[in-house]
Amino acid sequence: MEVMPFNDISYERFLSEEKLMGSKCRKCGVFFVPPRTICIKCYGTEMEWIEMKGKGKLAAFTCIAIGPPFMTKEGYDREHPYVCGVVELEEGVRVVARIEGVDGSNPETIKIGTPVQVQFLHRGEGGDLTTFLAFRPL
Amino acid sequence: MRGRRKLGRGVAVVGAGMSKFGIFSDKDSKYLFAEAFNEMLSTIDKGIDPKDIDALYLGNFTNDFFIHQGHWGPIISDLLGLTPKPATRTEGACASSALAFREGVFAIASGFYDVVLVGGVEEMSKRNTEEVTQGLAMAASPYEVKAGFTFPGVFGAMATAYFAKYGASREHLMNVTIKSHNNARLNPKAQFNVSIRDIMNQKIEKAKDKGNPVPTWRDEKEFLRDSRVNPVVAWPMHLYDCCPISDGASCVLLVAEEIARDFTDIPLYVAGIGQGSGKGLHAKEDLTYFEATRYAAQEAYELSGLKPKDVQIAEVHDCFSIAEILHLEDLGFFKPGEGYKSVEEGLTRLNGPKPINTSGGLKCKGHPVGATGTGQLVEIWKQLRGEAGERQVPIKDLRIGAAQSLGGTGGTCTLTILERR
Repeated sequence: MEVMPFNDISYERFLSEEKLMGSKCRKCGVFFVPPRTICIKCYGTEMEWIEMKGKGKLAAFTCIAIGPPFMTKEGYDREHPYVCGVVELEEGVRVVARIEGVDGSNPETIKIGTPVQVQFLHRGEGGDLTTFLAFRPL
Repeated sequence: MRGRRKLGRGVAVVGAGMSKFGIFSDKDSKYLFAEAFNEMLSTIDKGIDPKDIDALYLGNFTNDFFIHQGHWGPIISDLLGLTPKPATRTEGACASSALAFREGVFAIASGFYDVVLVGGVEEMSKRNTEEVTQGLAMAASPYEVKAGFTFPGVFGAMATAYFAKYGASREHLMNVTIKSHNNARLNPKAQFNVSIRDIMNQKIEKAKDKGNPVPTWRDEKEFLRDSRVNPVVAWPMHLYDCCPISDGASCVLLVAEEIARDFTDIPLYVAGIGQGSGKGLHAKEDLTYFEATRYAAQEAYELSGLKPKDVQIAEVHDCFSIAEILHLEDLGFFKPGEGYKSVEEGLTRLNGPKPINTSGGLKCKGHPVGATGTGQLVEIWKQLRGEAGERQVPIKDLRIGAAQSLGGTGGTCTLTILERR
């Protein structure tokens, strides 16, 4: 089987299959999520896919009241803010993602360091289907 | 860095001007740039024939998106009667004209040109807030955009990380806002030319006139805590933590050091320039500083032989209140984790030991993205020449001023240090 190219297109495809994948350098072992095509540590050119367990901790977050059109279409607005965050995965790398299952209207209740687990949000249909990476408290 | 950076020959600023920043339904990019250009010409003490300008470098982020017109180099060159001289557009998001400045410096330092105009322009207000938010987000990393992050969202997230690491809070960010407004009150070019106290009084008067319940804020912080007047944009960033949507233009004239005194007896010399690039939020080593700003600062300090303590005044890129605090630390003015305390102690006030954003900063002066980098240098120009009027800082022997720009979410950062000799 041909290996999928180590790029964002493949990363997105894996997300739609509910897999959070990164690229691992076969030479030095360092890995990147989202995947990098080039190993920026040793410049080795041989990569392999590596799947993340999908568990981590909330490292930073924000509750957004004024979002871009694709978020307002989902019903988010000033009265219904959504939450985005940075999650530090157990494997030691960070990703940016939506944060579900928390109250964006009460930011004081959201705590940095909260253990979170991956969730895949499938939006749209057919050719417009997009999967968004999200995490929710364990 | 391999070896020490140096310029092939010295470069000086001999003129600087800006349009008023604000929201103008009746002014377009060309008109705004003409305003900046005319003011710049009026500041050149011994005058200049604009035909002697060898080249134009123009910063513009995304008029392509905001008004569906790109390719602004030749448009502005034609506006100023500079064609067929070369015009080059630089794009580095909110640092676009800081890059134009840097390219202009290189062009002269290389010996290729003697007189170069550098500036920037942006026309943002013809779109609604959601669209501008979307346009600006084009400068974020693709992963951030897809996750739903907006610009204030990225800085909001960095603020939560900073709060958690150093024990700061929203209250500390308010000190930045209050200071910026106090400075902007003294700047007639500022979009928000009022203090927070002025705004409170205006709202109280309005309520009285309308016979509505009169607000009873005890002080500025109580006003800023009131979500009716200061709603959340991207928590913990509230309305008064965020720079506005603005239209505007700015420019400065650069010349070779050896001819600087043909134009003025008080040229400002380019002592240091630095630029860095940065990763997306997820890939940062630490969420509480900007790697690119630190790199830019190191480069500029090395070139100038100056240290952070030598910089007497600075304009820093306060697109959001937290950004000002992070930059103060990244530039080495204060230690990591101490920026917020220094602001609270008043060290960065107009009459403090390290005045920051005497113009009112992006927050109050306005942030027409492409015009901001050289706009900051217009303020440094005025201050170092003692021409800042009511907001002139009371520092004796004021010689060294700096301007720091940040593009995107830290993707492009610059530091420029000017010196009066």
